[in-house]
Amino acid sequence: MDIAVKEGPESFSSLRNACKLCSPLGASVVFKGIEGCIPMIHGSQGCATYIRRYLISHYKEPVDIASSNFSEETTIFGGHKNFNNGLDNIIKQYHPGVIGISSACLSETIGEDINMLIKEYEASNKDTDLPVLIHASTPGYQGTHIDGFHDTVTASVAVLAEENQSGTHINIFPGFVSPEDIRHLKDILDSFGFDYVLFPDYSDSLDNPNWSEYHLIPPGGTPVADLRRTGSASASIEFGYVLNEGTTNSRIKKNKQSFTAAKWLEKNRNVSANRLGLPIGIRETDRFFELLKKLSGKETDRKYTMERGRLIDSYVDGHKYLFGKRAIVYGDEDLVIGTVLFLLEIGIEPVLIASGGVGESLKPILDRLTEGKTKDIPVMNNMDFESINEKSDALKPDILIGSSKGYYVARRLGIPIVRTGFPVHDRFGAQRLQHVGYKGTQQLFDRIVNALIEHKQEDSAVGYKYM
Amino acid sequence: MGKIEIDPLRWKEEVLKKYPKKVAKKRDKGILVHDGEMPKQIMANVRSIPGIITARGCTYAGCKGVVLGPTRDIINLVHGPIGCSFYAWLTRRNQTLPPTPESENFMNYCFSTDMQDSNIVFGGELKLKQAVREVFEIFKPKSIGIFSTCPVGLIGDDVHAVAREMKEELGINIFGFSCEGYKGVSQSAGHHIANNTLMKHVIGRNDTAPEGKYKINMLGEYNIGGDAFELERIFEKCGLTLVSSFSGNSTIEQFERAHTADLNVIMCHRSINYVAEMMETKFGIPWFKVNFIGADASAKSLRRIAEYFEDAELMARVEEVIAEEMAIVKEAIETVYPRTTGKVAMLFVGGSRAHHYQELFSELGMSTLSAGYEFGHRDDYEGRRVIPTIQVDADSRNIEVLTIEADETRYRPRKTDEEIAALNAKGCGFGEYDGMMADMAKGALIIDDISHYEMEKLIEIYHPDIFCAGIKEKYCVQKMGIPLKQLHSYDYGGPYAGFEGAVNFYNDIDMMINTSIWKMIKAPWQVEPVIEAEYGV
Repeated sequence: MDIAVKEGPESFSSLRNACKLCSPLGASVVFKGIEGCIPMIHGSQGCATYIRRYLISHYKEPVDIASSNFSEETTIFGGHKNFNNGLDNIIKQYHPGVIGISSACLSETIGEDINMLIKEYEASNKDTDLPVLIHASTPGYQGTHIDGFHDTVTASVAVLAEENQSGTHINIFPGFVSPEDIRHLKDILDSFGFDYVLFPDYSDSLDNPNWSEYHLIPPGGTPVADLRRTGSASASIEFGYVLNEGTTNSRIKKNKQSFTAAKWLEKNRNVSANRLGLPIGIRETDRFFELLKKLSGKETDRKYTMERGRLIDSYVDGHKYLFGKRAIVYGDEDLVIGTVLFLLEIGIEPVLIASGGVGESLKPILDRLTEGKTKDIPVMNNMDFESINEKSDALKPDILIGSSKGYYVARRLGIPIVRTGFPVHDRFGAQRLQHVGYKGTQQLFDRIVNALIEHKQEDSAVGYKYM
Repeated sequence: MGKIEIDPLRWKEEVLKKYPKKVAKKRDKGILVHDGEMPKQIMANVRSIPGIITARGCTYAGCKGVVLGPTRDIINLVHGPIGCSFYAWLTRRNQTLPPTPESENFMNYCFSTDMQDSNIVFGGELKLKQAVREVFEIFKPKSIGIFSTCPVGLIGDDVHAVAREMKEELGINIFGFSCEGYKGVSQSAGHHIANNTLMKHVIGRNDTAPEGKYKINMLGEYNIGGDAFELERIFEKCGLTLVSSFSGNSTIEQFERAHTADLNVIMCHRSINYVAEMMETKFGIPWFKVNFIGADASAKSLRRIAEYFEDAELMARVEEVIAEEMAIVKEAIETVYPRTTGKVAMLFVGGSRAHHYQELFSELGMSTLSAGYEFGHRDDYEGRRVIPTIQVDADSRNIEVLTIEADETRYRPRKTDEEIAALNAKGCGFGEYDGMMADMAKGALIIDDISHYEMEKLIEIYHPDIFCAGIKEKYCVQKMGIPLKQLHSYDYGGPYAGFEGAVNFYNDIDMMINTSIWKMIKAPWQVEPVIEAEYGV
């Protein structure tokens, strides 16, 4: 490495063009992945409005999120009345099976005890058939959207997972992947004949077909009955290495540890946890399939060995366009890790690896997984886009890989950007973008190759139609 | 498919039945059936009900996103956790056009103090000060605005004190906004807090008037989809000088000399009418309401502006421009009209748009069956005559009422009382606005702060040909087989203001209503006629 870039935005106290979102957004996505669930944010109505707008623009689907609409009076005297009213009204209008309640900066700052509010509500309505009430604590000033996501997965499991005699089914917690990714994962699990609980499953609820009748709550999502079964599974698989480390890390009291769902189930329900990286690229996807083989005792279906073969074949065919190209990779930590491992397989050199995440283990994990290949590459967490932008000139990148928020950097540099993860607000079909499995990697690979070809073609004075 | 005649009162009754009693009682006052006479009292600008999914945003959104968002040469620093700043990062699609590529433009940035757990516990003022110094060091802006988010008010960080201290230290204009999200009923409170602050800290700081014979300010125009560019084009063609625009395609420098204009015209009544009043008291600038949404409305507004300046040359020029522009408009409408006439629209957007856009629809031969505002007040529905009777509640008391007096050196009445009276007789309508309901037909359903549930019921029963709202409603409505036109962001199209804008709108609506895709979708009522049977009279 010729460039030594040491300082991150930690040398600034402010963020310029953040590379992270807030935790109630992650919570809302998870709640959309529970069947029959309406999310409610306990706080100011703006939080629900902003988060709805952000999710809807990405998924292009209805996303109803209720709010307890704090007023100034509520912030002084507490949100208990608003909380009860909110639940009453949601139940009356939507008849939901579940209400997923996340907190916001406001309710957390005034110290609302939402678990107590839930207990009181349940006690005062004990004669009625209430929906399941799940609470995730998600102050916007702790961690990022990813931490909110994983914390909510854990919170949901912790509320519902029943202690039962161990069954043969498995749990899978894929993390913040696209609806298309989830559908693909389900195909893979089906091919092994697994009985499984995938959570959160927003593959339908955030990417529904056209309806012949209107649904107040979009169909789809992990059923509550399945969430109850997570406690008696034979094993859990979770994707990600950093996961919700940011929550613990950003607390003043760091002794209050955060669990992931798989680790919680291991500790409290004796379900063994298997932690894998996001299955992007050959190596990580192989590890996923190896585990599935081990857990099922079955061989990989030919369909997937063929996909794997085609992927390697395309690595060979495409390498002339890719080899030695320099990439800036940014986004959620675990997506960044998966992407970097994949890029190293195909000969693209990551020159800056950045995340807005606030965990601290991105660098050590990458160094370990790549056996030191990333040792001299700047790997930065708690990054913002302006810091990426400032460093980018000296790094001479050929391509940016990450969410659409980095577009302005690519535009200024005059290089292509391949959009992955969340949010993708300037391209169509974000809900159908694929990242995981051999097939998802294939799509990602083709998109990267074509972005570079297109750039070369447009830059060419000749106008070749034969690239 | 023929339209079914359903008594709107019956619709209302059915909808209210679904709510708990207390909620029904409240919503009852926010839903009106217009009888075509004098507008009745509507309940507006009151708190949305918890658990009833509203389209409204927060005070911070109105302050930072709407009013100061489109101003390119100020650094808008958000003091709070990251989400608030991130979500308001270029999401409103307000455009700007710096004169040169080197000119200051900070709109592409999203600045945040990114408050952490420790700042919530130990206070964030030090971090805020440091952040102000940093942005000054890097960008050397002329001014910095500091925006408060929910936790700031709770933990007691004093953004105004920090602003004062930093202003002294750095020697540039720095001011704070107490626009915590929970402060008001909707974004409307944020507009007010933003505009009050501009009035206190910005307007009137620079007495150099721009060149020009007919100088006006455009108030309440936010340059969504390039609307302001189209209006700038028309004004320039007419020979009008736009001193400042609040706040589409604006700069702080323009705001500072806004008081040198001779007339204020208001587009969005809701977000800014009070500024026009304050500027009249302080600087002597008269104001009237205009509407540049709709070709006929635009022509009418231009004529009123020309009338105001009482100059034959300007009037003649304005007539020439109108004739020239209307020729193109006429051609466009003749092509589209046969395909749009007789269709039905519903509009639920803004504090003025739900009114303004009815003009464009009527030019297309379409009627507006139902409309309402997201964050309007009673005067936006019923007209300014009701302002003295609007009850002041806890939420409105949160917004500072500025005491404005005539400026000692800058107050200069532009017209005498006699001149104003004479111009009023000619239809200038100073300080008047009759509100949305005055322009609506008998039987129209007026719904304030429509809930998600009410929207679904409206569509289910009335099957409009087009529904106008925002991104939050878009995919719900389209799942029901009805096209939804986003009137906050224009579906990333526009401009729709002025003459060229009208032509764009005609074509876009034609495309939306008549696109072949709707034929592939069976709307729920085409499959299940149950509801019609239930409600049919």
